[in-house]
Parts: sequence; C-alpha cells; structure tokens
Amino acid sequence: MKSGYFPGCTLKTNAKHFEDSAMQVMEVLGHPLEEMENWICCGTVFSMTTDDLMLQLASIRNLLRAENQGYDELITLCSMCYNTLKRAKEFILNDEENLRKVNDFMYKEDSKFKGTTDVVHLLSILKDRITFEEIKNKVTKPLTDLKIGAYYGCLLVRPKELAIDDFEDPTIMEELVDTLGGEGVVFPYRLECCGAYQTIIEKDVTVKRTYEIINSARNAGCEALITSCPLCAFNLDQRQKETSEEFLEFSTMPVFYFTELMAIALGLKWNKDWKKLHYIDPVPLLKEKGLI
Amino acid sequence: MSLKITREKIKNFLVDKIEEISGQNVFDCYQCGICSSGCPVTDYMDYSPNQVIRLLQLGSVDEILNSKTIWICSTCLQCSTRCPKGIEVAKVMEALRTINLRQREGTLKPEDIKSKELKDLPPIALVSAFRKLTG
Repeated sequence: MKSGYFPGCTLKTNAKHFEDSAMQVMEVLGHPLEEMENWICCGTVFSMTTDDLMLQLASIRNLLRAENQGYDELITLCSMCYNTLKRAKEFILNDEENLRKVNDFMYKEDSKFKGTTDVVHLLSILKDRITFEEIKNKVTKPLTDLKIGAYYGCLLVRPKELAIDDFEDPTIMEELVDTLGGEGVVFPYRLECCGAYQTIIEKDVTVKRTYEIINSARNAGCEALITSCPLCAFNLDQRQKETSEEFLEFSTMPVFYFTELMAIALGLKWNKDWKKLHYIDPVPLLKEKGLI
Repeated sequence: MSLKITREKIKNFLVDKIEEISGQNVFDCYQCGICSSGCPVTDYMDYSPNQVIRLLQLGSVDEILNSKTIWICSTCLQCSTRCPKGIEVAKVMEALRTINLRQREGTLKPEDIKSKELKDLPPIALVSAFRKLTG
C-alpha cells in the first residue's frame, strides 16, 4: 500500500501549522507523509451540477497524477479536499460517458484516468490504520483537564455516503481527544455550517455563525475547539475579531487543528511560528494547562 | 375540490432545466419543512428552502432566480441528508445559481474585495467563493 499526501491550496499558506504539525505527528507515529508531486488545487468545492464536467477536472487531474505516481491512496488533511476529491471521483467513475469525456479532455496527461487511487482523510488513517490504542501508547504529555470541542462542520460528514463516521452523531474526533488524555466534549453546534465561503461577501452570516457555534461550545464546557478544515478554522478563529466587535458580551476561544494538539500530546515542541497563524492566541490556555 | 400539481400541468422549461441540472425531482416534495428547520442560514434568506421547492412546483421560477436565498445557501448539505423524500435540496440550489451564472454575472465581483481583506483571506475561501458565486 503506497500512500501519498495531498496538501491542497491552504495547507502551504494560512494553514501551514496544520501541515507542519501533521507531518511531525505522522513521523512520530511511524507513518511519515509523502507529498505527491505536481498537484494542483482540487477546486475546494464539489460542483453539484450534472452537466458541467469542466468543474470536476481539477480533482480528476490530481487523482490521475496520483495514479501515475503509483499511489494506492491519497491522504488529505483538509476536509474540503477530502470531500471534493472523493465526490469528483465517484461522480466521474459512476458514469461511462463522463469518464470518456474527461479522459478525452485530459489527452495531454500520461495515461487515462482509471480511478484506482482512494481518497482518505487523515482522521480515518489515525483511527483505522494506526489505531487510537497505538497513539495512546505514544502520548507523553497528556492533555489533562483540557476540555475540547470537536467541530466537524459539514464536509467530513456530509453527504452521508462519504462521512468518515456517523453522519449525524460522529465521535471520531472526541475519541481522539480522549486518547490524547483530554476530554472530548460533545456540543450541539458541532455539525453546523460555519458559513463557509460567505465569509467574503456576506461576512455577517459567518460572524453570526461563529458567535452561535463558539457560544454553543462554551455553554457545553469547552475551553477550545479543534477542526480539520482551513475554511472553518478561518471563520471560527479569525472571524472572532468581528464577532467580538458585533457582540460585546462575546468571549473568545482558541481554535486548533487537531494535529496541533496531537503534536503537544506526543511530546513534540510547540512551534512559535504556529502562534502567528492563530488569531485568538492559544498560548495562555496551553500555559495554564502546563502543556507548553 | 382537490388540485393536483404535476409537471405536465406546470409545463415550465426552466423547472425542467433545473431538474436536469440538479438531477432532482422537485415534485416529490410534500412540504414537511425539515430542510428549512435544519438549515443554519434561513435568517438571511428571503424564501426558506421548502418555499423554494414549493415555488418551483408552482412554476414561479423567476421569483426564485431573483431571490437572495440561492446565494446565501452555503451548500452545507444538511437539507439533502435529512429530506425524507430523498430530494437533495442543495443540488436544486446549485442548479438555480448555475442558471443565473450561465446567463449573467454572479454576486461576487472580484473588484469588490478590498485589498486589505484580500491579504487576510485564505486561498480556500477565495477559490470556493469564486467557484460558487461567479459565472
């Protein structure tokens, strides 16, 4: 089984700390991530139109290149890459005519797209392949007394055909937090949309979503959130600036990528560069818990 | 007297087109409203998701094509996963946006994004918004 890593557009920029921490964590767990070559942006969102194959090409081209590089699976960290690549693959493979058309279009690639490379999210690899027991054995700095809300958002669990866990009641991320010695707290808004790309032209929508989601987490006792989506992270973390201005009683909450907390629990050094990529400074909370 | 709404009675080219692009049968909807109850952004919509489907059943396409609803929908897919009739409402919303985008400009104009904001926005936000909101 040869696994490739597909970064996607934001893992090299605003979510660099997500990539760095995941790379380090996977090294410690004995499954280093190997980045595929010559990847392009997956398109970030799956087009749900039945009649426009152009919008599927970015994803399919990535999968074809991964096939040609001999990868049996592509591991994504970003929820949106996972969702978009996986749905594009199924949409094209399930229809012979679509498959023929995209292959005709991509005639300059080295071979035809066959769909032999699977798309897998890192969380599934951690749970099913490495196993949480194994991770638990490697925890050297347990996240004792840290109450974490796992924010799944939309694209890890919907549509249900590709949900990485139960689509209405997932537990995979809470189990991971428990594995790391923290307390995974279930809160009501953990599967509710953050407003996604509305953040550009309908900022009010995302500000209100952030307000409701963070408050829901706080009321359930969470001290911080984890996520695996760079767009959710942007809305829930960076948009707390506008949320604080709009709702005066709002109190802020740090938002992490799940791999950052894994890195701490596995005894890796908290990288100061990661702090710059957070809007709400997580350092005071981590210090209070004796984690850095 | 009962009135039965059927595709044949409505005979609307755009409704047929929306069904073709979305791959959904809007006449399956019996207005239970679960799509609207699960939708996280109805506060910002002029028609709730179930009203959109109802207006399509009645052939009032222009009203929906000009609505705010279709642009506020963020394709979170909650409606699609919960519909007891298996209608993927998010796909209908996408088809409605698509019909607009294929005929005229979308709601996002790149020049409207302030350079100060552009500096902070992650690529994932820009690419997704351009893909969903521009023609």
